Amino acid sequence: MTVPLSFYVAVSAGLFFIGCAGVLTRRNAVVILMCVELMLNAANLALVAFSRRFGAVDERGSVFVIFVFVIAAAEVAVGLAIVLSAYRNRPVIDVDEIHQMKG
Amino acid sequence: MISLVWLIPAFPLAAFLINGLFGRRWLGHWTGVIASVAVGLSALLSIGVFLEVLGGKQQTVVGLYRWIGVGDFSVNVAALIDPLSAVMLLVVTVVSFLIFVYSNGYMAEDRGLWRFFTWMSLFVFAMLILVMADNYLLMFVGWEGVGLCSYLLIGFWFERPEPYLAAKKAFVMNRIGDWGYTIGIITIFLVFNSMNFLDIFNRLATSSMAQGVLTIICVALFFGATGKSAQLPLYSWLPDAMEGPTPVSALIHAATMVTSGVYLVARSMPLFVAAGPSLEVVGVVGAVTAIFAATIALVQFDIKRVMAYSTVSQLGYMFLALGVGAPAAAIFHLATHAFFKALLFLGSGSVIHGLSGEQDMRKMGGLRRRMPVTFWTMLIAGGALAALPPLAGFWSKDEIVAAAFVNGHFVLYAIGIITAALTAFYITRALWMTFYGEPSDHHLYDHAHESPTVMTLPLVLLGVGTAVLGIAIGFPPEQGFIHRFLDPVVEAAGVAEHAPELATILLLAVVSVAAGVVGIGIGVLMYVRHRPDPAAVARAAGPLYRLFVNKYYIDELYDHRIVEAARAIAGASWAFDIHIIDGLANRLGWALAMGGQGLRRVQTGVVGNYALTIMAGLLLMLVAYGGYAAGIFGR
Repeated sequence: MTVPLSFYVAVSAGLFFIGCAGVLTRRNAVVILMCVELMLNAANLALVAFSRRFGAVDERGSVFVIFVFVIAAAEVAVGLAIVLSAYRNRPVIDVDEIHQMKG
Repeated sequence: MISLVWLIPAFPLAAFLINGLFGRRWLGHWTGVIASVAVGLSALLSIGVFLEVLGGKQQTVVGLYRWIGVGDFSVNVAALIDPLSAVMLLVVTVVSFLIFVYSNGYMAEDRGLWRFFTWMSLFVFAMLILVMADNYLLMFVGWEGVGLCSYLLIGFWFERPEPYLAAKKAFVMNRIGDWGYTIGIITIFLVFNSMNFLDIFNRLATSSMAQGVLTIICVALFFGATGKSAQLPLYSWLPDAMEGPTPVSALIHAATMVTSGVYLVARSMPLFVAAGPSLEVVGVVGAVTAIFAATIALVQFDIKRVMAYSTVSQLGYMFLALGVGAPAAAIFHLATHAFFKALLFLGSGSVIHGLSGEQDMRKMGGLRRRMPVTFWTMLIAGGALAALPPLAGFWSKDEIVAAAFVNGHFVLYAIGIITAALTAFYITRALWMTFYGEPSDHHLYDHAHESPTVMTLPLVLLGVGTAVLGIAIGFPPEQGFIHRFLDPVVEAAGVAEHAPELATILLLAVVSVAAGVVGIGIGVLMYVRHRPDPAAVARAAGPLYRLFVNKYYIDELYDHRIVEAARAIAGASWAFDIHIIDGLANRLGWALAMGGQGLRRVQTGVVGNYALTIMAGLLLMLVAYGGYAAGIFGR
């Protein structure tokens, strides 16, 4: 018995919107980064599922997941570095408090 | 020796660089020595080149490098050495050398000595490029170069307002003439697809050209020549150019630069001959300028102004000669004039030097006892200017008026004879007021002194040249050395030279000498015997006298009609530039700045807002894609 594709997509969409809501509503910069990670993994799940389903036609979807991992790692590295230097500048990690960069 | 011809301009160029780079700080009065030695070496080389051309090398092109090459059109930096340019090289370098030597004395006490010799060297370099060039474009380089140096040297004493105003005037009027030259060479390029003299003249000889376009070329080139050679209508800068140091007046505004217009027309003679009516224009303009300037010279009191108007008048003679188809006579007169007019200027300079800067002839008088060398040399030059045999001016001027007569231009001939009489009168007047009579200003007279040897020696050498040059190269008339030498050039131009009979020549010579003697006689009567008294004559001639003194009101006419109009146009252009062009640019910048101010608010700096915007954008894209997939935007 195989799990139908729509299940995977539904889980993926769910994860994505949870992450999305987190990014929009949370104020802690580290949590926001974690939520972005959640959204990326939602995308990974969808990629793997589609790749598995249409594997006979194209297997590249699962290869793309590797790229997304790399992007995610880079994103975390840069994001945490930004948060860290912002924190050194002013000891807060609440993103609403950090708005000196406004135009 | 001809292969070394490029060394001739190289020496003055080197002197220019050395004096310009090191003169101010280190060289002091050595700048004059360096420049003189450089020009002296050029003069020696020019003599060598001249002898070699004389020895039979009629036409040599010495290339240096290819300057412009586009498709089948090319312009080389190359020298065309033929009798014409050989004569010019010789005249330019020899006269320059003597004037450079003289300048060592004349300018000795000037603070700007190094600047003077720097520009003078550059001038000689540019002038040599002008006469050596084998094409119109390279000639134009020299043409502009001498114009620049003329500007710099007229304005040499720029601390006072008159010199720099005169320099500006000279530059602007020369630029107006250059406009004509430019039109001329652009048309030549369009018609012949070449700038090279020999190419153009070959094409002219082998294929038939439309008269109209050739006339345009010639009139345009001649307009350029009127600017550089101070002919009507662009003459009025030359008298003002006397604000420069006297050696500059002698070298640039008498002996060399102002003759470059004559050289241009002589060089382009095949074009002018082919273009029919343009030669008439040259002749008429030359004759009218000659008599026009001579009448003004009658009433001037500034010794240098007399010489300046005299130069304009003599240049008119040269154009008259070209116009009646006697280029050899024109070049002959150019050469003799370079000697005797340089001598007159240097003599005037010596007088001015001896009187500590006084130029007004009314304050001179009796100076022959004080400065004998200057007096005797200037007397020789004056005689040459008045065309007394056997001095240089006689042979060349006589050939010009004879050519006018023989070729059937009787009106031009009459003008030439009348001008000869006027010339003799004004030079008699000038020399008398300066050297004879009683000293009119005893203070000046008592302090007057003869110039140092470094100044009088060039005077003597020029005096010897003035005395013997005419008979040496111009005898017998019409068949003299200069004619045989220039024959190939004249023949190539296709000018029909009528060789007059001996009786005609003698008769014409008697008439022109008579004209000179009449002029001198009237001068002596008026200024020695005071019968009639000059002041009485001036009163009797009333309106005519005022016309001459005010130089025919030409300057005023130009001021009111042209300068004011140009100012009005410039003012309007300025207003247009400030209000329309600048205004447009400023408003555009203002609008962009305002837009930026508005858009600035988007950058809140709050991360949540950015995230929301990204999500909204994503949603928008999703909706758009969905709509597209569903086909609601059509396919």
